[in-house]
Amino acid sequence: MEIPNVADKWSGTVNEITLGATKDKGGTRAKTITIGGAKSIPFMDFEGNPGQKPVVAMDVYDVPPEDWPETLVKPFADVLNDPAQWAKKCVEQYGADLICLKLEGIHPDKGNKTAEETVKTVKSILAAVGVPLIIWGCEHDEKDNEVMPKVSQAAKGECCLMGVVTQDNYKTLTATCLADGHALITLAPVDINIAKQVNILVSEMDFPLNRIVMFQSTGALGYGLEYTYSIQERERLAALTGDKMMSMPVICDVGHEAWRTKESKSDDNEVPQWGARDERGPMWEAITAIGLLQSGVDIIRMNHPKAVATVKKSIDRLY
Amino acid sequence: MISIGERINGMFKDVREAIKNKDPKAVRELAIKQTEAGASFLDVNVGTAAADPVEAMKWLIEVVQDTVKTPIAIDSQKFDVVKAGLSVAKNEILINSSKGDPEELDKFMTLAKEYNASLICLTMDKTGIPQDVERRMEFAMKIVEKAVEHEYELSKVYIDPILFPINVDQKQPALMFDIFNQIKMISDPPPHRNVGLSNFSQGTKEKRLLARIFLTMGISYGLDAAVMDVLDKDLMDAAMTAEIIMNQHLYSDSYLTAGRK
Repeated sequence: MEIPNVADKWSGTVNEITLGATKDKGGTRAKTITIGGAKSIPFMDFEGNPGQKPVVAMDVYDVPPEDWPETLVKPFADVLNDPAQWAKKCVEQYGADLICLKLEGIHPDKGNKTAEETVKTVKSILAAVGVPLIIWGCEHDEKDNEVMPKVSQAAKGECCLMGVVTQDNYKTLTATCLADGHALITLAPVDINIAKQVNILVSEMDFPLNRIVMFQSTGALGYGLEYTYSIQERERLAALTGDKMMSMPVICDVGHEAWRTKESKSDDNEVPQWGARDERGPMWEAITAIGLLQSGVDIIRMNHPKAVATVKKSIDRLY
Repeated sequence: MISIGERINGMFKDVREAIKNKDPKAVRELAIKQTEAGASFLDVNVGTAAADPVEAMKWLIEVVQDTVKTPIAIDSQKFDVVKAGLSVAKNEILINSSKGDPEELDKFMTLAKEYNASLICLTMDKTGIPQDVERRMEFAMKIVEKAVEHEYELSKVYIDPILFPINVDQKQPALMFDIFNQIKMISDPPPHRNVGLSNFSQGTKEKRLLARIFLTMGISYGLDAAVMDVLDKDLMDAAMTAEIIMNQHLYSDSYLTAGRK
């Protein structure tokens, strides 16, 4: 019996974005990263070009994280107080494609660091590593609007990916990123209609659609992964059927979310039958990431080096 | 919605004068305004008064292409005029239109394929326009068969079942809905379903309202293309809203803005 060809045909393409700028393009990065470009759903290359390989961004915090379990602290114990060295370790030892600097410490309740201090941190990381940078605010609107423009100016020309803008707070960061040549993350927490709305609002300010990355907020395995998965899958299908306002690459915050779960955090004595945390935690993070990869993800933010290695190996095998 | 902006037509005085005096200003303005309004194609028709329709078509297309990158619908049933238009085309092209006679379809499909253009095919032939659903569907089937025979992509075929003016034969417009539905199921992918919308309400007192309601009703049955007044904002908004209600696009609060990009 002849097996019918059930391959779908797609008319749209996910936008391609190059992050980072080398010297000849006005920046100081040693390498750039290109994401997006998919013309088919993930891992279905018989339907069309799957686009660029998904990449892993490792998180670096501007202040030492307070709630990390020992398993997660261990690989970074010597650098948690020094974001530049931390970033260097992620790139040189753990193979991070990009660094995601999370500005946790600027939050009024978590250190209230100033714009000046933050600019110094950003510059030290830019000097320490050659990979492109993601710079992520603290998601406190007022503080972000105060700090992010200064950070953006300090990194002008480096083509960083800056985040996040929302339906209610997008004008300041959008204008700054437009002026300084950065790309932008649009956030709509698990709501596909608002995701489109933020993209429209940002594009109304003449921000180019091909410099936007979408973020839906991420649910870890057991904590809403399926909601994230289904929204991201619908976003990818919208992009592939030609919706220009939804044709952006997607970023996920897997590390932070996976390491908040009790399944990855609890120490070995709490629930002995769950096995050793040093295995269990990275596994939880890796499974969350690999699960979400199937829905169509371009950048995954991650934490544990072991999980990063597992996920990168999986990507290499599938692409 | 594939909206084909109807205003660059020699039947309108401003365009007729532009052609006569070779003054591109009015044509440029119409090209820009219709593009900004969200037109998918700009219909280009030299009208009946042009002294040399072949030259007039070439000139109009060149003026439009110099102004915007919007795809163009070459509106003529004269083969030599269409061919002349295609010879200078740089933008994407839709040919408007071929009659349903086999020899006409052969000629036009061969030409469309050569230029990678789309083609509107009318469900009529030299004997006239059918008045019922069945005979229109016979034409639709024959058009699809011809496309398959020519290995011409069905996604480039637009079937126009010919919408009569409401004040000429009131029974006709309601038949269209059944036809859109049936054409949608004729093949996979199906050909597009197109009508000339302004003709439908021509000469009536509620011209715009009639067009708007027919279009939204049509969309709910599978109408997906129309030669229409894209400068009528209410009409465009109604079409986009109908498509949102039919779940053809992802909703967002600013869906009307998104629909014009």
